[in-house]
Amino acid sequence: MPNPHAIKPAGGGVFARLSDLFWRRPGVLLLTLLLPPVLWLGVIYIGSLVALLAQSFFSIDEFSGLIKYELTFKTYLELLRPANLDILVRTVSMAAMVTLAAAVIAFPIAYYAARYATGKWKVIFYLGVMLPLWSSYLVKVYAWKLILAKEGILNWIVEKLHLSWALDGILAMPVIGGNSLSVSYIGTFLVFLYVWLPFMILPMQASLERVPLSFLEASSDLGAKPAQTFWAVVFPLALPGMIAGSIFTFSLTLGDYIIPQIVGSSRLFIGQAVYSHQGTAGNIPLAAAFTVVPIIIMAFYLWFAKRKGAFDAI
Amino acid sequence: MRSSQDYRAPFALKIAAVLGLLFMHLPILLIFVYAFTTEDKTYQWPPPGFTLKWFEVTWNRPDVWEALRLSVKVSAISTVIALVLGTLCAAAVSRSKFFGRETISLLVILPIALPGIITGIALRSAFNIADIPFSVWTIVLGHATFCVVVVYNNAVARFRRSSASLIEASMDLGANGFQTFRYVVLPNIATALLAGGMLAFALSFDEVIVTTFTAGQQTTLPIWMLEELVRPRQRPVTNVVAMVVVLVTFLPILAAYYLTRDGDHVAGDGK
Repeated sequence: MPNPHAIKPAGGGVFARLSDLFWRRPGVLLLTLLLPPVLWLGVIYIGSLVALLAQSFFSIDEFSGLIKYELTFKTYLELLRPANLDILVRTVSMAAMVTLAAAVIAFPIAYYAARYATGKWKVIFYLGVMLPLWSSYLVKVYAWKLILAKEGILNWIVEKLHLSWALDGILAMPVIGGNSLSVSYIGTFLVFLYVWLPFMILPMQASLERVPLSFLEASSDLGAKPAQTFWAVVFPLALPGMIAGSIFTFSLTLGDYIIPQIVGSSRLFIGQAVYSHQGTAGNIPLAAAFTVVPIIIMAFYLWFAKRKGAFDAI
Repeated sequence: MRSSQDYRAPFALKIAAVLGLLFMHLPILLIFVYAFTTEDKTYQWPPPGFTLKWFEVTWNRPDVWEALRLSVKVSAISTVIALVLGTLCAAAVSRSKFFGRETISLLVILPIALPGIITGIALRSAFNIADIPFSVWTIVLGHATFCVVVVYNNAVARFRRSSASLIEASMDLGANGFQTFRYVVLPNIATALLAGGMLAFALSFDEVIVTTFTAGQQTTLPIWMLEELVRPRQRPVTNVVAMVVVLVTFLPILAAYYLTRDGDHVAGDGK
């Protein structure tokens, strides 16, 4: 029987012995590697999430304003009150609109960058998407506050082009209109679209880059017109990337409470409702129940996206 | 034979792509103009005049410096924690297959996949339950949690590309595990970690949604900005701060790009 010490002499010191232990028992090494991150994320983060969700099954006493620690679905029923239901519908439709618009604007950028841009232009397109993606969220919102202000650049341009009547016409429309752009849904929509657009472009570009050129050639060789090639070949292959991007635009819009607070009407979105219920109102159960809605929507969304193969595109 | 015509982009596509890029950049450029305006009461366009005065005013503002100091401190600590946790996780996931491996990846991604407000309110209520007072560390706790993922993504990509035989060779030559890590693994993943660390720093430096829940009365730079956004009091100072923030966040992004450009780049995974 070979003596293990003949192959590798026992080293001195704690490190050497620890190192030997790791080598002999890879399981111990794996455990040591995983323990800190799992403790941090699994215990602190998931623990807090679970604690929060548990509170949604409590309710608040209407008279004392204190939390009653009994299991109940009362808080969830409260979500179905017209005022709260309005908030849910408003937020989800805004998220859907923003996602659709982002897909439409992102496509030409992603397609050009993936298929036609070479050399210097490739770098310009890449950084052109990365820089806005990573620049400060608040600064981006601030920029739109400057743009949409009554005395700001957008109104100035509209006036110079003598299009004020068109803008007034749009603002006079029910629902989406308002006194000015900065207090209308259009304003909120524009800011959401602007802030989340890069999140749509990147995964879309990644999936478009994987469309082989030969597919397009084959399609046109077989007599397809460019539009036919687009709908029959390019679009289905780009779809996973689009869905991957929409995960971001949709989820981020669902949870945001700062943009509608700064640019928009005073009508609440989910994020704002959560914020106000947990803050001054002190109604943590209702706030927790509100957060369950985006979690459930996103869970379905992720499940759907996984089935469509969107995760390979991220 | 195909004509080269087919390889050139249709004109409409080009226009749409360029317009899209302009849409993403013009608003940020606008901030640069506003930082020099002489107007201090409204957001008037075009600016009535240009001045450098506000840079000096901002420079002499203790509250801005205070907020900046706190932000840098929080981001630095969070980045260090994220680097350690992210690298450990990436090493474990990329080196071996084990039960629950997918769950680990999901666990890492979850803090950014869920809306920030959920992370924020969950931590806030956990602090309440555990009776933890707000401090720099409560902010760090939140930030490090969602910074792990950027480090992890970068490190995993690099681990996948680096060959396992290097580590075996090092062990065969008599190095122990720690020496192998120090002299073989670390130099291999250093640039990926640097890039991941810089992105983590940028992410933490800019974070506001989770921070509003975990900061209590403390003011980081984004919280200072948020207060100005909700109730504008010193517009010119805000303009200058906004411009400086843009410039400061551009640098790590450019650096991270150049560090990872020839490999599996960090991009494409979102924030």
